Amino acid sequence: MGRIQLKSVTKSFGDVQVIPPLDLTIEDGEFTVFVGPSGCGKSTLLRLIAGLEDITSGSIDIDGADATNVPPAKRGLAMVFQSYALYPHMSVRKNIAFPLRMAKLDQAEIDKRVEGAAQVLNLTDYLDRRPGQLSGGQRQRVAIGRAIVREPAAFLFDEPLSNLDAALRVGMRLEISELHERLATTMIYVTHDQVEAMTMADKIVVLQAGVIEQVGSPLDLYRTPRNLFVAGFIGSPKMNFIEGEEAAKHGAHTIGIRPEHIAVSESDGTWSGVVGVSEHLGSDTFFHIHETGLAETITVRADGEVGFRHGDHIYLTPRADVLHRFDAQGLRIE
Amino acid sequence: MARTVTIQRKSLNTALAWAVGLLIFFPILWTILTSFKTEAQAIASPPLFLNFDWTLENYAVVQERSNYMRFLWNSVIIAGGSTLLGVIIAVPAAWAMAFVPSKRTKDILLWMLSTKMLPAVGVLYPIYLLFIRLGLLDTRGGLVVVLMLINLPIIVWMLYTYFREIPGEILEAARMDGATLKEEILHILTPMAVPGIASTVLLNFILAWNEAFWTLNLTAVDAAPLTAFIASYSSPEGLFFAKLSAASTMAIAPILILGWFSQKQLVRGLTFGAVK
Repeated sequence: MGRIQLKSVTKSFGDVQVIPPLDLTIEDGEFTVFVGPSGCGKSTLLRLIAGLEDITSGSIDIDGADATNVPPAKRGLAMVFQSYALYPHMSVRKNIAFPLRMAKLDQAEIDKRVEGAAQVLNLTDYLDRRPGQLSGGQRQRVAIGRAIVREPAAFLFDEPLSNLDAALRVGMRLEISELHERLATTMIYVTHDQVEAMTMADKIVVLQAGVIEQVGSPLDLYRTPRNLFVAGFIGSPKMNFIEGEEAAKHGAHTIGIRPEHIAVSESDGTWSGVVGVSEHLGSDTFFHIHETGLAETITVRADGEVGFRHGDHIYLTPRADVLHRFDAQGLRIE
Repeated sequence: MARTVTIQRKSLNTALAWAVGLLIFFPILWTILTSFKTEAQAIASPPLFLNFDWTLENYAVVQERSNYMRFLWNSVIIAGGSTLLGVIIAVPAAWAMAFVPSKRTKDILLWMLSTKMLPAVGVLYPIYLLFIRLGLLDTRGGLVVVLMLINLPIIVWMLYTYFREIPGEILEAARMDGATLKEEILHILTPMAVPGIASTVLLNFILAWNEAFWTLNLTAVDAAPLTAFIASYSSPEGLFFAKLSAASTMAIAPILILGWFSQKQLVRGLTFGAVK
């Protein structure tokens, strides 16, 4: 079980309120991702749930019981830190066994669980090494191993992949997702990387300045962003925003169109512009189009085979059915 | 690009380093040499360097006149006791300052250090009176407490510096893993800070061992450590350089040997965290 409920939670550091009153429910077994730019309060929120920071007001329930004043160790939650936070003076075996030792389990049970976790995480051959002798990915696995042996009510991940190189990050992303499938335990995952959020989450919580901008499934957020911030934050490359006359034609202050929803042509289209930088990814190419008279740059995602050159004059046609409209306050117009 | 250093330059630098090293070490060397001379040779002019009749007579006389082992034992108890007590008090203090700092932590640290700037003689009178009142005069227990208090700011500062190097996330991980505060300090913080704690202990042991002001003023016979042992040779009967040197050599030998064997630990500890 692992249903976590935040009720009117606030957090202030001195006179600065970093989390204004916030309500959020995380259902049992859900993979929830907190995403937002640096300093949006996502890590603080996770630390409040963990109990590593005290909340200023409001309450936190875990599985229906008030956990607001329960110390971190007694909340039944396990946390994986960005820096891995392994105990450098202990072997991998002792690192993974540490929470079980603290729970005063008997040695036979500890050994059994450590071996089990090591097997799941491919760490069996490294059990007698020290963390300093492991690679980044292996260290991350040890940190996860230390979390899973406790069989916690929920896992908390604080940007666990940001210290890994790109290739390893993709691999670990899959491993964590598979782990979630297998354990079906609640997971709360903090990241600033919207790709991680989109690929892993059942539910994404988008935060800005301590305020929840939107909660929903990855596709909900992609298809119907509630405001300009979410529209700009979710999706890569970023959504194009156009104001002024063109937006007014659609009865909006601002219109948004995703790069993948614009068709390019040499001969005809709704808008026209000049090709600037092209980014070739192989499968896709991102064109940065200038001199459209709409916005400084319009980004377009085209098939990898499309071969415009710098300076080419081209035409763009947005798909009308996926155009997003926003009012002067930046809120979505349905 | 690596700097190219010519052989000549390297030799010159090495020679210079040795010269400076010997200059600093010379008084100690001279003391040791003098301890093997007769009283007449000790004050001979021009001074004799190695060409004298080596004798152990001074050591025999010193040992005969005063019980070296008793002074040594007092030094061990006073230096060891005050260091141990200091560390026991300083570890929780440094933990609090390093990991749960408040607005005033920096001020408290500076205030603690500022007590080291006070001339000791300024508080001699009140402490002397207190010692008489409490019956602590010339007791090892009294000196253990006084020297612990004298060195506590340094112990706290050093431990604070080492603890600051330990990432807070590791301690938070321990807390998440179910460790109580005691278990966190015992199983995680202390083992991780062992190099720092070891060099703190060593340095403070040496400081306490060499401390002369309080040990001379607050002891007479029973609790007198090696500093008092040395001082007893600059007596009204006159200065006996050779015997004084023998006594000094005997007094500094244990700490010199300890320092020699632990120099690696000391240097590592004192530069801990200086280079990432």
